[in-house]
Amino acid sequence: MSSPTRYVRPLSPFLSYRWQYTMALSFLHRATGCAMSVGLLLLTYWLVAAATGADAYAEAQQCFASPLVRVLLIAFSFSFFFHLLNGVRHLVWDAGHGFEKKTARMSGWVAFLGAVVLTAYFWFLVLGRSAGGAA
Amino acid sequence: MSLRSPMGRVLGLGSAKDGVSHWWMQRVSAVALVVLGLWFASALLRLGDFSHAAILAWIALPLNAVLLSLLIGTAVYHSYLGVQVVVEDYVSKHGLKIVAMLLVTFVHIVLAALGVFSVLRIAFGAVA
Repeated sequence: MSSPTRYVRPLSPFLSYRWQYTMALSFLHRATGCAMSVGLLLLTYWLVAAATGADAYAEAQQCFASPLVRVLLIAFSFSFFFHLLNGVRHLVWDAGHGFEKKTARMSGWVAFLGAVVLTAYFWFLVLGRSAGGAA
Repeated sequence: MSLRSPMGRVLGLGSAKDGVSHWWMQRVSAVALVVLGLWFASALLRLGDFSHAAILAWIALPLNAVLLSLLIGTAVYHSYLGVQVVVEDYVSKHGLKIVAMLLVTFVHIVLAALGVFSVLRIAFGAVA
């Protein structure tokens, strides 16, 4: 009887892969998509309040002015811009372009940093426009 | 040579007839949302403020009412397709998956109906 040998077996990719930008962006695309699905609840609430009347809309404005909802709105706007840019990236892939390692990495950075910049610019314009209105 | 699996041959049901439609419609709605989404973002910026009067006046314009309705419909549809895939991927228990799918379907339909009805109610001047 030979002594049992311990083989170094390959782990599942799920366990052995180091964190890579492709995974991070893929995950972020899904997460931002799910976030916007939740955001649709808020958009619908806003429209229903506007269609209900002045009192309901005033109540909604109060809700949208709360710090927690403000943070959510910023998160939703980032989700929108990232999902938009990365979505276009996916569409370009679907058309069969942009798969080279260098190109894919660069377009990933463009999607992420572009979303950060667009979100900041969007809120700069919204907040700079009027100090009074609740977003 | 047939590419059908032995199981497929025995069952003899043929194809489901909607092969890539889920995938394709996700792309179609994505392309539409690039345009509608950018329109909505720029419209929010062009809105003077978020007062009730400003919102009512903005939605009262036919072009805005139609584009906003299309945005709601397309966004809800795209969200529905996306969340469906997420549920399929992460909910492994069969019964729970069916329940989650039904819930996701109903919630999305209610959101679309509420959103579009609200826009139309404002557009037709029924809100004082």
